[in-house]
Order: sequence, then C-alpha cells, then structure tokens
Amino acid sequence: MAEGIKIATRESFGQALCELAKEHDDIVVLDADLAAATKTEIFKKAYPERFFDCGIAEGNMIGVAAGLAAAGKVPFAASFAMFATGRAYEQVRNSVGYPHLNVKIAGSHAGISVGEDGATHQCCEDIALMRTVPGMVILNPADHYEMIEAVKAAYAYNGPVYIRLGRLAIDSFNDPDNYSFEIGKGITLEEGNDVTVIATGLVVYEALKAVRALKEKGINARLINMHTIKPIDKDIIIKAAKETGKIITVEEHNIIGGLGEAVAAVTAESYPVPVYRIGVEDIFGHSGPAIELLAEFGLNKDGIERKILEIIKK
Amino acid sequence: MNKSDISELKKTACRVRLWTVEGVFNAKSGHPGGSLSAADIMTYLYFKEMNVDPKNPKDPKRDRFVLSKGHCCPALYATLALKGFFPTEEIKSLRHVGSMLQGHPDMKNTPGIDMSSGSLGQGISAACGMALSAKLSGDGYRVYAMLGDGECEEGQVWEAAMFASHYKLDNLVAIVDYNGLQIDGSVEDVAGLDKLNEKFKAFGFEVFETDGHDFEQIEDVLNKAKEVKGKPVAIIAKTIKGKGVSYMENQVGWHGKAPNAEQYKTAMDELNAQLKALEA
Repeated sequence: MAEGIKIATRESFGQALCELAKEHDDIVVLDADLAAATKTEIFKKAYPERFFDCGIAEGNMIGVAAGLAAAGKVPFAASFAMFATGRAYEQVRNSVGYPHLNVKIAGSHAGISVGEDGATHQCCEDIALMRTVPGMVILNPADHYEMIEAVKAAYAYNGPVYIRLGRLAIDSFNDPDNYSFEIGKGITLEEGNDVTVIATGLVVYEALKAVRALKEKGINARLINMHTIKPIDKDIIIKAAKETGKIITVEEHNIIGGLGEAVAAVTAESYPVPVYRIGVEDIFGHSGPAIELLAEFGLNKDGIERKILEIIKK
Repeated sequence: MNKSDISELKKTACRVRLWTVEGVFNAKSGHPGGSLSAADIMTYLYFKEMNVDPKNPKDPKRDRFVLSKGHCCPALYATLALKGFFPTEEIKSLRHVGSMLQGHPDMKNTPGIDMSSGSLGQGISAACGMALSAKLSGDGYRVYAMLGDGECEEGQVWEAAMFASHYKLDNLVAIVDYNGLQIDGSVEDVAGLDKLNEKFKAFGFEVFETDGHDFEQIEDVLNKAKEVKGKPVAIIAKTIKGKGVSYMENQVGWHGKAPNAEQYKTAMDELNAQLKALEA
C-alpha cells in the first residue's frame, strides 16, 4: 500500500482539477473570491485562461456556469458549501437542476470542521439542500485518493454534480493502488455482522478507527463508506439491514436531511430495521479549533465509538 | 432595410401577437402583457438579426437568445413556431399536461429554446456564461438576453452586469423590455428604476435606447451594438405593455391573465384587422 498522506480534500480537489484539465480542454473553473480557500487557485495558476473569478456573487456564478454548460463547456464552480448551496440554492435548482446542465458544484468548508470561522460558515445543510434538487448527484469523498477519483467521475458523468470538500487536513486511508470509485456504489471497509456503521466524508476515517477499536472489544461492526449520497446505494444498505439488523449512520452534517435520513428512507421502504443517526443534532456550530469541535460534537474516533456502544446496548 | 422588409416584419410581428393571444387563451392563463410588448423585438431578432437555423436548432455556432423574463414565453413560442422550429398548432397546447410548451421556457423539450428560464434575474447570468464560452472557443456567435424592467430589481441582474463588464463580453446584448409595469403596479411606484440607462452605464455597459416597436430604430441600435468593442451592450427598449390589443395596452391587470372568450374574439379581431391592413 502506498504511504498515507495528510491533506485536506479541498487541496486534493484543486490538484485533481489540474490533472483532469491536462487532458480535457472543455474544463473551466469558476470561483467566488475564495480561490485561495477552495484551492481552485491551484488550477488558476496552471490554467489562468480557463479560470474565472466571479467575485462575491455566488448566484451569478452558478448562472454563468449554467450558460457555459449550455454552450458545451464543463464548468466546476466552487465556493464555500454555505454559499454554493445555500446562497445560490435557487440558481442551482432552476438554472442547473431543472435543465439538467453539466455543471459541477464544489462546496468547500463543509461541516463544523471549518473551525474558528464559526456557525455562519459551518454548513451542515448542504447535503440536505442538494438532495432536494431532482437529478443532482452528491459526492462526499473521505480522503485524498477518493477525492481524486470522485472529481474524475464527476467529469465523466454528464449532468449536475455536487462535491463536498473539507477544510481540515485529514489522513488518507484508502490504498490508491487498490481503489476504484463508482458513483452510487458504497464501499465496505470492514466486514462484520453485529451492526452496520455507514459513514460519509471527513468522518469515515474516524468511524473506521472506532470500528477497529470495537473489534478488539468483541463487537464486529460492518463499516460502509458511503461516498455518494445521491443516488444512494440501496443494495448495500438493504444487504446490511438484512445481515446485521441495525444501522448507525455517521456524518458531519445535520442529522436532518443528510446521510442518515437517506439511509433510513431505504430501510423504511425495503427492509425496516432501526437506523440511528450520529451527526450534528439540529444545532448550529460555534467557533473553535476543528479538532476540538469534532470531539465536542462526538464526531471523532472516541465520540463515534462511545455512541456506537450506547446504541448497541439499547 | 427597405420598406418591404419593414412591412414583412410588421406582418410577422402581428402573427406573433395573434399566436401569443391564441396560446394564452387556450392555456386559460399566462402572461399576455409583457409578451405583446416584447413581440416586435423578438420578431426582429429571429427574422432579421440572429444566425439561427430551425433545421439545426442545436448548432454550436448559432447565435443565442435567452428570455430572462421567461414568463413572456408565449411570444417566444409564437416567434419560434413562425420561424419553423415547430408547428404553430403546438401553441394551442401551451401550459397543458404533456405539452412541450411549458409555462416558462424549458430548453430540454422545446426546439429553439437556448436556456430554461423563468426565475427572474437568472437568464442574464446564463447569457454571460454563453458569451464567455464563445470567447473561449473563438466562435463568433452573439448572445441576446431579454430582461423585463421589473426584473432589473433582482440583485442578480447587477451581479451579472458586473461580470459581463469585467470580462468584456462585447458579444452580449442585454435588451430591457421597458414597458413600465409590473405585477403590483407601475415600476416607478413599486420599487423605482429611474435612470436605468445611467445604472447600466455605471456598470460598464454601452447603452442605447430605442422605441421597442419601431423596426428601423431596433435595427439601428442592434447594428450599433455590433460595433461596440470591449464592453457589453444594454438596449433600453421603450415599449407598451399589451401592445396591439387595445384593451390590454398599458393596463397592469393584463400582466398575467388570459382573456375570456369574448375578450379573445375582440383581441383576434383587432389583430387580424391590423394584419389585413398591412397586407393591403
């Protein structure tokens, strides 16, 4: 296995764009005065003629992206998740979603791990918002290698895609020599039949560490990395429901509207089992170092392990 | 443009108005006022100005038209049908279940529609994206966006205006159908848009004004627009809401309602009489 690296998925995203752009001259990148933060600046330096700063005007940026896509380009439009999906929600719905245009929207600084900027910038609603747009694909990669492959898959797919990016540098855990990404297909990271943990994005590695610690305590939990929230992988969820009888979801997002509800909708309709949601429990975040906030919100290894233990004792 | 060209355009515009009323009447809803005010400009664009081919509606090098004031699509559908993008009979299905003619433009299902629109303020941004794409590809096509005057109250219009100016989109022409009325009353009473000309100038546009019902003036400003280099163009077109149907003209109540059977007959009689006079 290649050596793991510690890097924020926003950085991986910027690198992935540059790699893709070498082969595809239809890629253009838009940002809304956050290129240094979303890491589209990596692309901007390499391909200045294909980078367009839209200024602090996210609604217009999404509309411009729609027009570029309608004219045959493949635009990646990046901002903070809060503004790309919140401020510009209606532009995403009407100018991108309704005409099903080939626009890729990147929302950086998602979740509470934004840290010190506090609640106004800690977007825990982006997945919920994007889930409501018909035809929108939602990708939430968990580490560097997954992000690289997710960006390639987003480009190869013809239609609107939302990609969630994190600010915090995180350890990679996937093996790039033995990894494949397919939109809509969850990845089983650990086998087990006592309970299934389904995690997404930045907290997958924390969940992995928690599940491994539980194995040592005799609890055999299955762990699924659900990098695609929409379309959700129904087969892997139903199989897990049948084989383990209980599901716990983990996400750095409001428990309303996110991964947990997407999973619960599948089980409720196809094979009802209890589904417990670990996430941000319908509250706003606040300022502080990201690592401390993840601990406070129970979204680090220890917090996830503790909650899994509480749940399986019920 | 000679007299016979102008006469042909006038007749076509009259047919656009007839089919606009036909569509809205059959739909039992829709927006006749702003459709009728925009009919002459749309007629000029599709029958004189734009490089479009109804047999090849997706030609990558075609000129684009974005109806940012998407609710006025009855006039656009009539124009596209008369141009040959689809049969005029389709217009009678406007807003019906299963129709390709939606209440607001749908680029996925209607031949000739370059952008889905309807949520005000958004079309102009998409038009900027198309104009930027033409610059990147080196395609020489031009992009025309039509906005309502009331629509200019949307902040996104001015975000787009900054963008168009910053990226020197001289292949973009924003045409404001300035009929002076919006749903809640006159534009000046509702929110105030006075000195729109100065506003666009301050945002870096070359601005022209025209009578939006005078084909010679429309031709003149659109030709001037083509000479402008290094900045986008805004054309403020003074128009009459409901133009061509006497009881609808300058009446805010006809922004968004369909005529009843009697009103429909009156409108069609008036427009047919205008057409007959032009053909005489």
